[in-house]
Amino acid sequence: MFAGGARIGQVITLGDLLVGQPPVMVYPIDPGSRIVRDGSRLNQILLVRLSPDELDEDTRAGSADGVLGYSGVCTHAGCDVTLWQPETRRFRCPCHESEFDPRDKGRVVGGPAPRRLPRLPVKIVDGVVVAGGSFIGRPGFLPG
Amino acid sequence: MTSARALVGIGSLLVATTVPATLLGGCTTQGMGTGTATMTQPAPRARTTTGAASYAAVTDQRLVNPEADNWLMYRRTYDGWGYSPLEQINTGNVKNLVPLWTFSTGVAEGHQAPPIVNNGIMFVSTPQNQVLALDAKTGELLWRYKRELPEDLFQLHPTNRGVGLYEDKVYLATLDAHVVALDARTGKLLWDRTVEDYKKGYYMTLAPLVAKGKVMVGVSGGELGIRGFVQALDARTGQSSWKTFTIPAPGEPGSETWKGDSWKTGGASVWITGSYDPQLNLTYWGTGNGAQWMGDQRPGDNLYSSSVIALDADTGKLRAFHQYHWNDSWDWDEVSAPILMDVQRGGRTIKSLVHPGRDGYLWVLERRADAIAFVDGKPYVKQTVFTKLDPRTGRPEYDQTKKPVTGKKIPFCPSLWGGKDWPPAAYNPKTGYLYIPTNENLCGSLLGTAKPYEEGKLWLGTEIKDIGMVVADGANHIGEIQAWDMNTGQKVWMRTFESHNWGPVLTTGGGLVFAGGTNDRYFRAFDGKTGEPLWQWRTNSGITGVPSSFAVDGVQYVAVQSGWGVDAQRMQGALDDIRGAKTDVPQGGVIWVFGVKR
Repeated sequence: MFAGGARIGQVITLGDLLVGQPPVMVYPIDPGSRIVRDGSRLNQILLVRLSPDELDEDTRAGSADGVLGYSGVCTHAGCDVTLWQPETRRFRCPCHESEFDPRDKGRVVGGPAPRRLPRLPVKIVDGVVVAGGSFIGRPGFLPG
Repeated sequence: MTSARALVGIGSLLVATTVPATLLGGCTTQGMGTGTATMTQPAPRARTTTGAASYAAVTDQRLVNPEADNWLMYRRTYDGWGYSPLEQINTGNVKNLVPLWTFSTGVAEGHQAPPIVNNGIMFVSTPQNQVLALDAKTGELLWRYKRELPEDLFQLHPTNRGVGLYEDKVYLATLDAHVVALDARTGKLLWDRTVEDYKKGYYMTLAPLVAKGKVMVGVSGGELGIRGFVQALDARTGQSSWKTFTIPAPGEPGSETWKGDSWKTGGASVWITGSYDPQLNLTYWGTGNGAQWMGDQRPGDNLYSSSVIALDADTGKLRAFHQYHWNDSWDWDEVSAPILMDVQRGGRTIKSLVHPGRDGYLWVLERRADAIAFVDGKPYVKQTVFTKLDPRTGRPEYDQTKKPVTGKKIPFCPSLWGGKDWPPAAYNPKTGYLYIPTNENLCGSLLGTAKPYEEGKLWLGTEIKDIGMVVADGANHIGEIQAWDMNTGQKVWMRTFESHNWGPVLTTGGGLVFAGGTNDRYFRAFDGKTGEPLWQWRTNSGITGVPSSFAVDGVQYVAVQSGWGVDAQRMQGALDDIRGAKTDVPQGGVIWVFGVKR
């Protein structure tokens, strides 16, 4: 579901994610209990849809119809990664300008972040975006 | 999260059960990763005579009149001078200064705290809320405290600006808005008190101000819509003694300067340690910008944002204030506390508050028991916003075409980082000069946007892409150190640096001025009278740490942390964007201790 903005709380479908549009920040919902997992900022997920032929092989393998999932929390100092640079297809953190490439497994392409943005493989089931596995990498900054 | 909202989510993004339990476990209604556990790693006891076993208790008397050998608080003395009377290292021999020992802190980011020294024991705080206790003479580690910060912390300013000392305790204000007390001899955690909820955007980076049995701290978070305050905790127990908001509640004096509920999220952070006048028993604190940044979205003067406030040290009662500029719209936090010094005006000695403002004006105010009076103010960097100051009150009038508003891009000088940001200026009573670390030739622009407040989220009133910065045409430098004779109100010398300057200033009885602050990693000494460069040493990283000076066994030392990060790094990024350059200033903190080569 949307984590903020005008549609907060609403469910994300594939139709909400268009190629060329900025990413959306979402929270996951537990499939069994239907509980929204928004108790921690670390559960924030960025969903963005890119053209599949832009993606590197590993990234494409974890995507569905070009939809990609990444941790929404910067690996540098834990800020929300809220900015998007459409020309370069980069996520950007507003706090200290770290940049990540979603086409290449969340690779750091600018700023002080020490490691990639953790990737969450996704699948599309009945038009709905679902997690296809666990985060690859630990969301958030590494204290100390 | 409520189950009602969960129902809305049926059929939405489903998380596979393979998501690790460490991520999802137990986070249905409570946060996770919010542990505030702490640990202290014991270290071998010092093998010198200045070991922790012989720790000298810090009394009020010692804080008011510190021995020349010691540096017991953020700026060494309550008046905020940043001055050590030691004169063994002086203009004649500073050229022979060499590093005597170094210590790697083990962390990156901005190392801004001064090495604080009590009878040969050095206490240094670092980013990630670590405190190191070292033998100041030998560099031997006595103990190390490292706070386990919550994993979901949002660190807009990953730094810390120093510890406070009282009796046999060391105090640290933390990034997750706690105050902790440590045993100065062992580093053992004695108490841990929550000041506010970090999930609401509150955090602390300042060194506590300790006086008369109270540990006083202020909160940051003006970029996340907090309501600022100063709180005093009992130094022995950590129990709250008083708490004074920097924004009045409805009905309180000054509340008429806010409309509607804007006071609840109005900012006015307290970023930096207050100064203190023991005679008046008043503590003086600088306050930050109003939140969010666009003044037109919170009409009114917005007291007490971008002000200095005088709080009674015993009760916290607000005795006086002066607002440097009203309805801030430039992100000009007046972060630094004023420097308490005597200034001559018209044959009269004024007990003054001197403040080189982020707004680019050098302010002189008079401090009294029940009032703060305007004396004068003048720009020390290019300032395009103020058209005049009221000669009686100092209230500025604005060029409205230079005041950012919602929906229109507005240019102004200096940039949002101001003429001087947090790095403290210093005053030397021997030279009579005030030394200000400044950035010139930088202007900014902002385009305001209206967005609803969300708890714990960045709330700037502008999009990041709409924060502009430009370098003046033909500029041959950005960073400066300016020396001012405050009695004549004249600038007497200035050194310039091609790089921007984020270097806190130390001045000494040896007639010296020490500062780093530039991206070339140098730590430098200047002749305080003339500004002549006398010495420099290239360190591991850029220096944004507060330098200190102290003596052990009759030998004077100068100490500083080198470790680039935070706003110096941000400004570097902005400059690189303008120039299409990429400047790599290495990170990683090191404590440096210098002495004269024998």
